[in-house]
Amino acid sequence: MNSPTQKHRRFNFGDLRDNVRREGGPNNWRSLDELAGTDEFRKFLHGEFPEQAPAFSTEVGRRGFLKLMGASLAFGGLTACGIQQPREEIVPYVRAPEEIVPGQPLYFATAMPLGGVGLGLLVESHMGRPTKIEGNPSHPASLGGTDAIAQASVLELYDPDRSKSVAGRGRLTSWSSFLGPMREHLANQNAKNGAGLRILTGAVSSPTLGRQLQELLEQYPAARWHQYDPLWRDSAFEGGRQAFGEPIDLCYRLKRADVVLSLDADFLTQGPGHVRYLKDFASRRTARNGGESLNRFYAVESMPTATGTMADHRLSLAVRDIEIFVRALAWEFGIGSGPAAAALGKKDARWLKAVKDDLFRHKGSCLVIPGSHLSAEAHALSHAINHALGNFDRTLYAIGNVAARPENHLESLRDLVEEMKAEKVEVLLILGANPVYTAPADLEFSRHLRKVPMCVHHGLYQNETAGLCQWHIPAAHYLESWSDIRAFDGTVSIVQPLIAPLYNGRSEHEFLAALMGQTGKKGYEIVRKSWKEKLLGGEDEALWRRALHDGVVSGTASPPKAVKLASALRTSGSRRQPLPPSPRKKGLELVFRLDPSVADGRFANNGWLQELPKPLTKIVWENAALIGVATAEAMGLANGDLVELKLEGRSLEAPVWIVPGHGKESVTLHLGYGRKRAGRVGNGLGFDANALRVSYAPGAAHGAKLVQTRRQHSLVSTQHHHSMESRHLVRTATKEQFARNPDFVHESKIPGLDENLSLYPGFEYDGYAWSMVVDLGACVGCNACVTACQAENNVPVVGKEEVAAGREMHWLRVDGYHQGSPDAPKFLHQPVMCQHCEQAPCEVVCPVNATVHSPEGLNEMVYNRCVGTRYCSNNCPYKVRRFNFYQYSDLETESLKLGRNPDVTVRNRGVMEKCSYCVQRINLARIAAKNEDRVILDGEVVTACQSACPTDAIVFGDRNDKGSRVAKLQGSPLNYGLLTELGTRPRTSYLARVTNPNPEIEAL
Amino acid sequence: MVVGKSESFTATLQEAPLIEPGHSYASMTEKISDIVLTKPHPRSWAIVFLTGLSLLMLMLYAVLYLFIRGIGIWGINVPVGWGFAIINLVWWIGIGHAGTLISAILLLLHQDWRTSINRFAEAMTLFAVACAGLFPILHTGRPWLVYYLIPYPDTLGLWPQFRSPLVWDVFAISTYASVSLLFWYVGLLPDLATMRDRAKNRFARVIYGLFALGWRGSARHWHRHQVASLLLAGLATPLVVSVHTVVSWDFAMSIIPGWHATIFPPYFVAGAIYAGFAMVMTLVIPIRHWYGLQDFITIRHIENMAKITLATGLIVCYGYLMEAFMAWYSANPYEQFMMHNRQFGPYAPVYWTLIFCNGVVIQALWFKKVRTNVKILFGISLIVGVGMWLERYIIVVTSLHRDFLPSSWGMYAGTFWDYATFLGSIGLFLTLLMLFVRFVPMISGFELRELWWKLNRSAKDEASDKAAA
Repeated sequence: MNSPTQKHRRFNFGDLRDNVRREGGPNNWRSLDELAGTDEFRKFLHGEFPEQAPAFSTEVGRRGFLKLMGASLAFGGLTACGIQQPREEIVPYVRAPEEIVPGQPLYFATAMPLGGVGLGLLVESHMGRPTKIEGNPSHPASLGGTDAIAQASVLELYDPDRSKSVAGRGRLTSWSSFLGPMREHLANQNAKNGAGLRILTGAVSSPTLGRQLQELLEQYPAARWHQYDPLWRDSAFEGGRQAFGEPIDLCYRLKRADVVLSLDADFLTQGPGHVRYLKDFASRRTARNGGESLNRFYAVESMPTATGTMADHRLSLAVRDIEIFVRALAWEFGIGSGPAAAALGKKDARWLKAVKDDLFRHKGSCLVIPGSHLSAEAHALSHAINHALGNFDRTLYAIGNVAARPENHLESLRDLVEEMKAEKVEVLLILGANPVYTAPADLEFSRHLRKVPMCVHHGLYQNETAGLCQWHIPAAHYLESWSDIRAFDGTVSIVQPLIAPLYNGRSEHEFLAALMGQTGKKGYEIVRKSWKEKLLGGEDEALWRRALHDGVVSGTASPPKAVKLASALRTSGSRRQPLPPSPRKKGLELVFRLDPSVADGRFANNGWLQELPKPLTKIVWENAALIGVATAEAMGLANGDLVELKLEGRSLEAPVWIVPGHGKESVTLHLGYGRKRAGRVGNGLGFDANALRVSYAPGAAHGAKLVQTRRQHSLVSTQHHHSMESRHLVRTATKEQFARNPDFVHESKIPGLDENLSLYPGFEYDGYAWSMVVDLGACVGCNACVTACQAENNVPVVGKEEVAAGREMHWLRVDGYHQGSPDAPKFLHQPVMCQHCEQAPCEVVCPVNATVHSPEGLNEMVYNRCVGTRYCSNNCPYKVRRFNFYQYSDLETESLKLGRNPDVTVRNRGVMEKCSYCVQRINLARIAAKNEDRVILDGEVVTACQSACPTDAIVFGDRNDKGSRVAKLQGSPLNYGLLTELGTRPRTSYLARVTNPNPEIEAL
Repeated sequence: MVVGKSESFTATLQEAPLIEPGHSYASMTEKISDIVLTKPHPRSWAIVFLTGLSLLMLMLYAVLYLFIRGIGIWGINVPVGWGFAIINLVWWIGIGHAGTLISAILLLLHQDWRTSINRFAEAMTLFAVACAGLFPILHTGRPWLVYYLIPYPDTLGLWPQFRSPLVWDVFAISTYASVSLLFWYVGLLPDLATMRDRAKNRFARVIYGLFALGWRGSARHWHRHQVASLLLAGLATPLVVSVHTVVSWDFAMSIIPGWHATIFPPYFVAGAIYAGFAMVMTLVIPIRHWYGLQDFITIRHIENMAKITLATGLIVCYGYLMEAFMAWYSANPYEQFMMHNRQFGPYAPVYWTLIFCNGVVIQALWFKKVRTNVKILFGISLIVGVGMWLERYIIVVTSLHRDFLPSSWGMYAGTFWDYATFLGSIGLFLTLLMLFVRFVPMISGFELRELWWKLNRSAKDEASDKAAA
């Protein structure tokens, strides 16, 4: 019994479906394993030992542990690193720097650039060290919220694997020894107007960088600037051009949309403005104000995304079928000449019809959002549909593209490769891009790169591209440099540095300036110069300070732009005859998507992001070929089976993972893995999906083959066992059910059971009684809270093997459950942190008083007192306690020490830990209140998870204050506690999720 | 030591003798003390000792590695926070119980047949407790701070948390260890004096003399010895019940389905005695053979032990049945799921092996033929030992691995280091036991002589009574 082997069984999916039908009701499950568990497959399934990696040899485990602990166990020292404020004056958000009080954090507004748009942030700084990212409430893209990537960017800053020195032909050298040869090359280029000079950047929306590039191109008129960023959305760009004849950007007003249709768009967790969209969207998804304002959300998706989990109705289709769906939908509105709905299945067609009717009923207050990997045509059609529905300037509006030079990135890259191939490129500057890794396979970028005689890479890491370039220049992190960036709606933020560059990195502005003969020019001067002219005249300095303070340059948001739809896309009075369905290409479809954690791989060396369970699959540390139940059934595949994917002569080996609700005959591959030069954390994890990605089908490719290898690969997921086993954990109702029975959350109460019965007397609270509410209606499962908690509370990274052994350390996790059939399940999320029970089972069993009840109701851990019996964890019904089985926190690496929150103890081996309700933040507020001789006000204490949450799903406060938000929400009919039948009386409670399904579709 | 009133008992136990005929005081003393003093030890002794010692070395290695690296080298995780260490603790503590039962309760109940096995069983108790006592220390995350569990007046004014069963455990186990040691040592005094007197080697004489505490065998010594023994027996008697009851509270006081059950104390105590008697048989059967002690540890002893094993084993089976029944009867979905998961979940093979070992195999003990066949008994006692270890495995692991929130469910399996530590503790046990056999008379000589006197006197009295008639 003790030599378990990792074995995934095959499912009989027909039986699974029968089971679901038979069981009826809210039969919640979260993976096929569990669904199968309701019948004889349970035996099968329960025979697996998923946590225990086969023959977990400790020797290997230890080595792998050391390796994968990555950031947490890297030995790179940073001995000579001094913490310096940047020389120029930076302006704190709240107080001037001269007011630095030891132990008091300061907040500075800045913005994080990603994929050509900025997210406004407030960065917490302790004695000159940025430690924690918060959203900037006055920035339109944030409104106070953040995402997991922004939260984790602070770890990237301190990553000991960042490049620390100029490298010339693989050897460490100096900036000055680079400048010599570079100047020679530039002088050569100058002679021929820069005919051989090429610059490759990522997506650029920084006005300053745009200006500098423009200047450079003026200096070298024959030089060319190319852009390639996997996060850039080519088809949205082309679709906009097709529809309106100009490269527009679209901004959505989700607050105003009563009906939203997503066409494979993950607009809530990826892409420009997603944090803001989350906030707007969630405000229409929560029923805490009675449920009248609920929007209705339809999602057509190939792979279930966090966004799709919010849908009232979710249709799972392969991408090629979604394309048909879009055309069929457009045709319903008399647009284009798409295939008849008959090209879809009968049921799907009726679904489409019902959606169309619903959209039609909500003309002007509905919204259709196309996904970034759909074709340009699909984008154009969806613009046309929005246009036909009169949604423009109501639920969405067009603005001029925020990019400095909007273009088709793949074409731009292809042009560059063509020129490299023709040996026309003599000097190539690569700024912040990693095309050797990210370029589609058919371009053979790295092969042609070798033909470039002088190639300079500027970036944070000595990555794959740096490895093939003659020179590598270390870049400064955005938290170390001056810059500016535009948000999704055009608003400009000044990026101000929180700390002088740790590794003498240069910002791209400084780098470009040096190449233009302005050596030594500081980023501050360059950025300041851009804004001297633009900010209004005399009060320039005050406006500049204002912009730095606020984190936004006021009045820079792009005004809505009037757009004119191309005539071909206009609604025609008479419906044209639909085209017959086009013949389908045989074989599987491969869909390429950005990874939810590491995006295109640029965050691969970030331990926090690697260990972040991916939404739905909860896989950590790698990617998998995601397939649907039907595909798995047809091919007899089980989780972890290694398969070979073949497409047009290229092949790739990948482990499969079955995702219920995934489209048929479709395989989703996430980019960002299989990195070879990411750093010690990110190297060699997962597989590189770019190997199958081609430039003419970057989003979805057809005609792929899947061959089984009969080998296995152990994928690690934080949650293998998912059935709710008919337990009332996540409670849901439809709007109608809620209206009919407002007390539905308490239906599962055991009659006659006194949940407050206890042998021990209760605690009295005459002061504060802290409490938390989590709104399950608003939670999307985006993971921002998980990373925020990790950053705030110095939660260590443990590595893949340790997660496989069941030892992840997250204080806050997002449980997800599935409901319904495995082909089209509903997904539910439930963030679970310490529930701070009134009658805490952990407190009574600790033999040494290491976990005790505070006078304000907190269940507190006394690390110094803990001897590590782990009895508390055993006795915790919520299993939120985390144990330091090893010395997980890195006590050696200097750079990582800088990033820690000084207000939170770094835990040692052998100690139990768990969510503290951010007690350090409570105490900070208490000190402030006491100094001012008042009580702590409602909303003054904001926990890290609450502050990061873009949807306001988490509310924290004093329950004794009857006027507090938390007290009011706990009085809501939707409020319920988890496992209250055990008598634990948790202080954290949940608001049930209320959905707003369309009765027409329910009837299908 | 047991005086009079035993006729009725001896009369009913006539079938097989407690001491084979043909012995005298001298022959018994000689036989017992010669094992220690003069006779060469059989090769089997050396093999077992060396095996034990190697396993002990393995344990030292495993423990050293544990202290250097941390508790993560074991298979435990969240949700299964307890693993081999607690399983082994409960297993060893349970095994110890047979010794206390034999020496204390059977003494108070005037069971004469205990005489030739009580010394051995008490030693086994002591060593089992030593093994058991290691695990709670090793299993803490920070073993160097384990003294926090002891109530001592520290400068911070902090005390242990007295509501925690783990604190009760500290008291229970330390009390048990001290009383067992005292009881064993007091019982050893007259025999240590005998050894002192018989030893030829001066060094041995001095050592035995030191430990004999100046025993001269005077009537006053005997009187006080008897009073002390009875008092200690009285003290030890409640411990037979209390120690494992407290250990069972480690589980029963929690809220975990599968642990939170009122049946645990009696169920654990019965299981302890059951495992303990099986262990005594496991050890006595080969040793009796190696040292030719069949005259003193007769088939009667073995059969009686088999009977107790059967009786307590049936109580344990009743416990299994009640656990399942209560899970159903409670209408508690968590309990019901736990029971179902135990029986049909991933650990079902372990559960059914346990039922086979403890429920099926022991039914053979209903038959006298089995009870008097030492080879079969040896096999059965080994199976019982395995069964009881599996029982603790099932209780600890299957209750924890799937509790309330399915999202947190996990699996558990021991690692190399878990097994190394477990086998190592067996090594420690065997090493101590072999040293005991080598240096201390393993059968209580003076009690055997007393029994001989009692048995023979009653026969003589009967004869003289007849003659008088």
